[in-house]
Parts: sequence; structure tokens; C-alpha cells
Amino acid sequence: MYAARRFAVRHARFFERLYNRFEALMVALDPLFARLGYDRLERPVAFIERAIKGFLFDCKMCGQCVLSSTGMACPMNCPKNLRNGPCGGVREDGSCEVRPEMRCVWLEAWEGAARMPRGLERIAIVQPPVDRALAGSSSWLRVAREKAAERRRAMAPPEPTAVSPPERARSTLAKAFRRARRLAPSAAPLAAEPEAALADQAVEETTSVFESPTRQPPHQESGEGRGGENGGGEDRRAKHRGASAP
Amino acid sequence: MIAIQTPEPFDPIADGPLEPPPGHHSGSRLERVLRRGWFAVTAELNPPDSADPRDVLKAAEPLKDVADAINATDASGANCHMSSMGICSLLSRVGYGVVLQISCRDRNRIAIQGDVLGAAAMGVGSILCLTGDGVGVGDQPGAKPVFDFDSVSLLRTIRTMRDDGTFLSGRRLSSPPRVFLGAAENPCVPPLEWRAQRLAKKVRAGADFIQTNYVFDLARFRAFMARVRDLGLHEKVFILAGVGPLTSARAARWMRTNVPGVHIPDAVIARIEGARDQTEEGKRLAIELIQEMREIEGVAGVHVMAYRREHLVHEIVAESGILDERLNHAAETRVAPENLSS
Ligand code: SF4
Repeated sequence: MYAARRFAVRHARFFERLYNRFEALMVALDPLFARLGYDRLERPVAFIERAIKGFLFDCKMCGQCVLSSTGMACPMNCPKNLRNGPCGGVREDGSCEVRPEMRCVWLEAWEGAARMPRGLERIAIVQPPVDRALAGSSSWLRVAREKAAERRRAMAPPEPTAVSPPERARSTLAKAFRRARRLAPSAAPLAAEPEAALADQAVEETTSVFESPTRQPPHQESGEGRGGENGGGEDRRAKHRGASAP
Repeated sequence: MIAIQTPEPFDPIADGPLEPPPGHHSGSRLERVLRRGWFAVTAELNPPDSADPRDVLKAAEPLKDVADAINATDASGANCHMSSMGICSLLSRVGYGVVLQISCRDRNRIAIQGDVLGAAAMGVGSILCLTGDGVGVGDQPGAKPVFDFDSVSLLRTIRTMRDDGTFLSGRRLSSPPRVFLGAAENPCVPPLEWRAQRLAKKVRAGADFIQTNYVFDLARFRAFMARVRDLGLHEKVFILAGVGPLTSARAARWMRTNVPGVHIPDAVIARIEGARDQTEEGKRLAIELIQEMREIEGVAGVHVMAYRREHLVHEIVAESGILDERLNHAAETRVAPENLSS
């Protein structure tokens, strides 16, 4: 419902707090869910989730909820399904390029994020592409299961086993979109945290939100600079500025 | 004659994949020019509605002396034309620097990752990652909008392919695509106060250069650039400001209402309307904009877009004097102008 959805964004702070509590409850219920069987619960829980989130946020049940990273505005309401910020077509009055009768979802999202304690940090996270195979599934159950599993892993790391192709795909996604995994677990690809991603995360977490740890392709380590203008990889602007002015 | 396009014909079979110079991501001319600190010029090519390769060469001809790279649009405005891939393959063979444009509107992740490899194999050194206009504004409004990626996840995906050497599925690439990665930004449309943050996100996702949409509102652009500098982004990414000639006040009004993402202030339209020769005034305005943009700290070049007016691009770039620095350098060091960009 459009009115409810705009209300939710205006009260993003409240809804986020509510959501955090709810998430903790769901994670605590993991043993119960496991006993009842997650598969058996999937349909009834997804039904309830659809009804509640559908009313509040116009939720589209993508199965990888990112509301906490998008100011409590559901990005799947963007006609282009953008998960990482607005397109370049937002109209002068703030309405959507594709559906002018609606305000751009990302204007709502940024306003909502500004009202949330860590909202602006979270909206800056690079979100992975949506896993369309999860459409229609309950992201509540997913968070409960994933977070509980993560906790168990933290206590007793599992024995390494052979990696199946889907698992490898998810690990690659989890590594490529590192912070999404850490800060909004339900939005990130289903996969155990790859070792390399954990190491990288530490770097990314400590740098400012706007820092991008410069990653250089391996082949750049070698080789001599070209007349001093293409030195090391880190500060390339200094390099290209310094070399300018003939 | 200003020759800044070195003819570097590329034969994909004889030459193999383009090797980047040390410290570069790609073998692209645009990257070399930018890293060298020259004020770069890119220009948009209007793709033909034709299957004849000579039509592509004809369209590129007026741009060859003034652009470091030519952008081949990917069905911009959701209108069907020859594909960016086809155009870039042809142009790189005869020696042009090219920018392949990929919009998320028409292809899913399977098609796009395959295209990235195909493009790199055909000599494409730069790729611009775009969201794409909605299908409704184009000539095929009944089409299925895909939007499997958004421009940011697309950037991160290609960066993963390039730097980690894998598809998004984790499968290894035996030869990763060496490409210079670009993204778009629109500094003049809402949410104005967050546009720089959105740019930051694109930089974090992997953008090496930015080409902006049309800028006709210098005040907005300056405010945007001030935010960009506050975030230190101008030191992490090369920003090319978008400019283009308005041909008449009527055309300007039409663009403003019909082309997504175009913001033209009333004062600009009034100025064009008041001129005796509106086309000439539009050209003058573009030249003035380029000269002003050049003075803004953090602007690394311009991206000239002139829909169906490629001949004007040559005049605009030549008269704006932005290439003089390179020409003087050439004269002083007695380097033949055509060797400048290498
Ligand atoms: S204007 Fe906003 S809601 Fe509309 S397509 Fe663009 S980003 Fe999505």
C-alpha cells in the first residue's frame, strides 16, 4: 500500500528497531524451527511475511530483504529493480522516470536511511544482483537459519568439505559483494563466509564508508613505470596529475 | 587538422588480447590519455539503423580527429539500432579508441558476462556500465525490461572478472578481460544532495572513469563537484563532464520533457530563444560550458554528445581550445601529433 509504505519510510528509525528485535527473536527460535522443519514452515511463514510486509512496504518477496540497507523503502518497487541507488532519470519534481505517478523509490530510501542510526553507512553498501531463484521465499526464515548457523560456525568451525558448484558460485558472490554479506545477511548470497572475504572485510570495515580499498590486478605489480607517470597502483591520481602539464 | 586519434588498427586474431601497459587496467587509449593527465575528450556516436559496416565508419569519420574514444550507445532511449558490440568491433579494427556501452535493460547476467569477454576479444578497452532508460520511452514499448543487474552490481561483476579472473559463478577465466571500467552519473537531477554519495558507491564497485549525463546547469554541477571533492572522489576516479549542443529552443524544450534525465534551466532556453541564429548560439553555449568545466577542480575531460550532429562535435572541440595543450606539447617536443596519445 503506497500510503503505508511512505509512512514506513518516515518512521524508518522505529521500524528498524522493531525489525532488529524481531530478527533476534527469529534467530532465537532457530532450534524450534529446525525441529519443526524449515521446509515445512516455508509456505505458511512466507504467506504471513507476504501479508505483513506487503501491507507495510509493498514488499515484492524477492527473498533477500534489504530494507535495513535502503531506509526501509523496498527497492523492488523501483520499476528497474535497482538495488544500489537511483537511476539518472529521476524527474525534476522527484517522481519516477518510468512511473511518474510515484515518487522515486530511492528518494524515499535515502531520506529513510538518513533517519536511521547506521542508515547512511548501510545504504552505501554495494548490493549483489538479486538471486531470482529465491523469489517468493521467506527471508525471515532465511535470516533465522543463516544467523544461527553463523553463530554455530563461530563456536565450532566445520571440517572443510569439497565445494559444490552452487556453493562455489555463492562464495564468489559473497566475496565480490563483501559488505552486503556482513551488514545485511539476508540480502547476501547464501554461503559460508569465504576465508578470503573475511580477511578483506576487515580492511573494508576499518576504512571509511567512502573509501575503496584499491585493488590492483596482479600483473600490475611487475614492470617499470612509463617515464615516471605510471608508478604504483595506489595513488593513481597523483600519478596522472603529476605527470600532466608539459 | 587536429589529430589525436592514433591509428592503431587492431586485428583480433593476429594481435591477441590487448595487453595493458604497467600500472594500467587496460590497453585502452582513453586510460592512457587520462593517466597521463591530458584533458580527455570522448564523443558519442549515433548508431546507424543499418547492417552496412560502411555506415558505421561514415558516422565515426567526423569524430576521429577530436575524440580519444568513441562511445557506441547501447539502444539509448530504448530505441533499436545497431548494437554497441558490433560498432565497437568494427571501429577498433580500423584503429579507433572505443567505449562499449552496456545497459542492464536488455540483457541478463549470462548474456552480459559473455559479451564482456567477446568485447575484450574484439579489442574493446573501455566499457561503460549503465542502468538504461525504461523501455516505455523507446520504439518498442512492449519489450520485457530485464534489469537483472543494476549499474553498480554490473560494475562489481566486471571488476571481479577482470581482477579475480572469475565469472560471478566462480568459474575461472583462462584470460580475463583487461578493461577500463566506466559508469554514468547525472549531477543535475534529484536527489541532488545524494548524487555524490551514489558516485562514491560506483567508485567502490569498481568505476575507473565517469561520464556524466548532459550538464546545462553549471551551478548544480559545481555544487556536485564540491561534494565530490569533499569525499575525495576526484582523486579516485576520472570524471568526464557531459556536454552537447542545443540546436534550437524548441528542440531543447522537447528534450527536457521527453528524454529521461535531461535538465535544462529556463535561463538557458531563453538565451537560445533570444539568439538570431539558434544553432550557432547552442554551439557557443557548449563551447563556453566546456571552457568553464575545464577550470573546475576534479574534471578530467568532457564527453560530447550531439545526437545526429556529429559535425558540430568537431567544431565545438576545436574552437573550445581544449586540445591546444596537447598540440603545443607536440610542437615543443616535435612529436608528431598522431603519436600524442600513446
Ligand atoms: S526514477 Fe527511481 S524508482 Fe523510477 S526507475 Fe529510476 S531509480 Fe527506479
